[in-house]
Amino acid sequence: MLLLILKRLAMAIPSLIGVVIVTFLLTRALPGDPAAYFAGPAATPQAIEQVRVKLGLDRPLLAQFGRYVVDLAHGNLGTSLTTGQPVAAELQSRLPASAELTLLGLLVSVAIAVPLGILAATRPNSLIDHACRIVATLGVSLPVFFTGLILVYVFYYLLGWAPAPLGRLDVFYSPPPQVTGFYLIDSLIAGDLETFMAALKQLILPALTLGIFSLAPIARMTRASMLAVLSSDFVRTARASGLSAYTVIIAYAFRNAMLPVVTTLGMVFSFLLGANVLVEKVFAWPGIGSYAVEALLASDFAPVQGFVLTMAIMYVALNLTIDILYGLIDPRVRLEA
Amino acid sequence: MTDIAVAPRGERGLAALYRHARYVIGENSVTGFAFALFVLIVLAALFGPQIVPYDPLQSNTTAALKPPNLHHWFGTDQLGRDVFSRVVAATRLDFFIAVASVALVFLMGGLAGVAAGFFGGWTDRIVGRIADTIMAFPLFVLAMGIVAALGNTVQNIVIATAIVNFPLYARIARAEAHVRRDAGFVEAARLSGNSNWRILALQILPNVFPILVVQMSLTMGYAILNAAGLSFIGLGVRPPTPEWGIMVAEGAAFMVSGEWWNAFFPGAALMVAVFCFNLLGDGLRDMVDPRRRT
Repeated sequence: MLLLILKRLAMAIPSLIGVVIVTFLLTRALPGDPAAYFAGPAATPQAIEQVRVKLGLDRPLLAQFGRYVVDLAHGNLGTSLTTGQPVAAELQSRLPASAELTLLGLLVSVAIAVPLGILAATRPNSLIDHACRIVATLGVSLPVFFTGLILVYVFYYLLGWAPAPLGRLDVFYSPPPQVTGFYLIDSLIAGDLETFMAALKQLILPALTLGIFSLAPIARMTRASMLAVLSSDFVRTARASGLSAYTVIIAYAFRNAMLPVVTTLGMVFSFLLGANVLVEKVFAWPGIGSYAVEALLASDFAPVQGFVLTMAIMYVALNLTIDILYGLIDPRVRLEA
Repeated sequence: MTDIAVAPRGERGLAALYRHARYVIGENSVTGFAFALFVLIVLAALFGPQIVPYDPLQSNTTAALKPPNLHHWFGTDQLGRDVFSRVVAATRLDFFIAVASVALVFLMGGLAGVAAGFFGGWTDRIVGRIADTIMAFPLFVLAMGIVAALGNTVQNIVIATAIVNFPLYARIARAEAHVRRDAGFVEAARLSGNSNWRILALQILPNVFPILVVQMSLTMGYAILNAAGLSFIGLGVRPPTPEWGIMVAEGAAFMVSGEWWNAFFPGAALMVAVFCFNLLGDGLRDMVDPRRRT
């Protein structure tokens, strides 16, 4: 198992190198003079020259790259032009908001998609099977920002069940003392049930939006892989041995069918992390996505670069985790390693 | 053998094409429906700005934020512009972005992938490495970064959407070319003295082509979603240009105060377009490659 983890870690290194090279090249592709760009619009020629020397832009590309890597190693992602704060610190303070939302979105999605897929597979061509197919096709066709807005209209404006889509907590509440940065967990640690409910209310709609968006691939994969497993010999044997339908489906078929579903999670995360940006914009969520969008509109590139890098590193790390998880679930992968 | 749908002798060109299209659509009513929708979208893209009842840019503040009625089928927005006219007129730009980006990635990814699968070795390694690097990013995030770096224009949205789709095309083209690399007809062509490039162009490419075309229609939906997402966060298309993503973004603020039509209709148009492309792609795939039917 250790060998598998080490091997997989080694495989992630080229991806990380690629990510760092691409994010570096993105800044150098900026239109015009990057020094003038980073100096801001009102800078004098002398100031631009100073910035050029300070950022090392007067040196060859390779030396610039070396400097970029050294900066990264020190956790330095540059400074935001609009707020004047270091990008790394701002990303760090906003990351928990995005992470809480994304993880809850995934949880919602798995909680709906997996049972739906299993039910569809155990009753092929039934009503629920068709429902599963419609949900899967609609799920990939719905623009995630559109779903979010519809949910806001129905649950906030029409029904009044949800709070206004304005961030993580209503203005009347103060955030719980920071331990993990996840309001749901922090408020529970502080024993503050009222804040917990308030935070949950704010989270439900955005998480549901993300969940609906990523539901389709999971439901489709669960259904397909359950169908394949249910028609295999060991399930027939289990049935013939007189095991109850529940035992056969949950203990035998489901555990085996989960393997391909875990693999699709990698793709689902690619969707989720991207959709996160849009959902954060719709719900004014103070995460790293809305931070990057604000910076983008202000033509402030350092935060965008830091954001792209952070997202890519998280995505590589998530894929790594999924692969290792796969090794834990499936002993055959361990044997191959 | 007479009942097989084969064009009778002498029947060529348009007539044969028409017969084949009717046969294919008759096979699967869902694909037929998607095809009809597709024709509607193409018509709206071609003639939309000419046939709409109002000028999509003409504001009229006395009639601002009116709900859907007989004069304004989809209502009017905050500047009194007719939402229906804007939604229809926007089809052209959205459709153009999707088609252009898909055509671009078809060229880049298809050719790189076919070369990688056919030549192997270094070509294969380089293409594979590029594809892996792109795949290491969440795709929408990478597209954001590319548009931010290259500059905030529609052209760069097309380029960014093409780049994030590159791995998909390169991988499919590579796999298909690789299988055929040592096929009998390729060996025969080689033995009769054809050069590598000639074999690539005349034997391999025509065989990989249909599979990539299916891929094109499958990724059209994603391309539109991606482009609309980018313009929703304020990249590329600028107001007052009618475009679905930016119209939803502009209407978003009115959703909380109950003026739903502003964001709803462009969003619904977007959804219908994506749905249509996905259905069409599935249908085409079933025709070209029945084994992958799900």
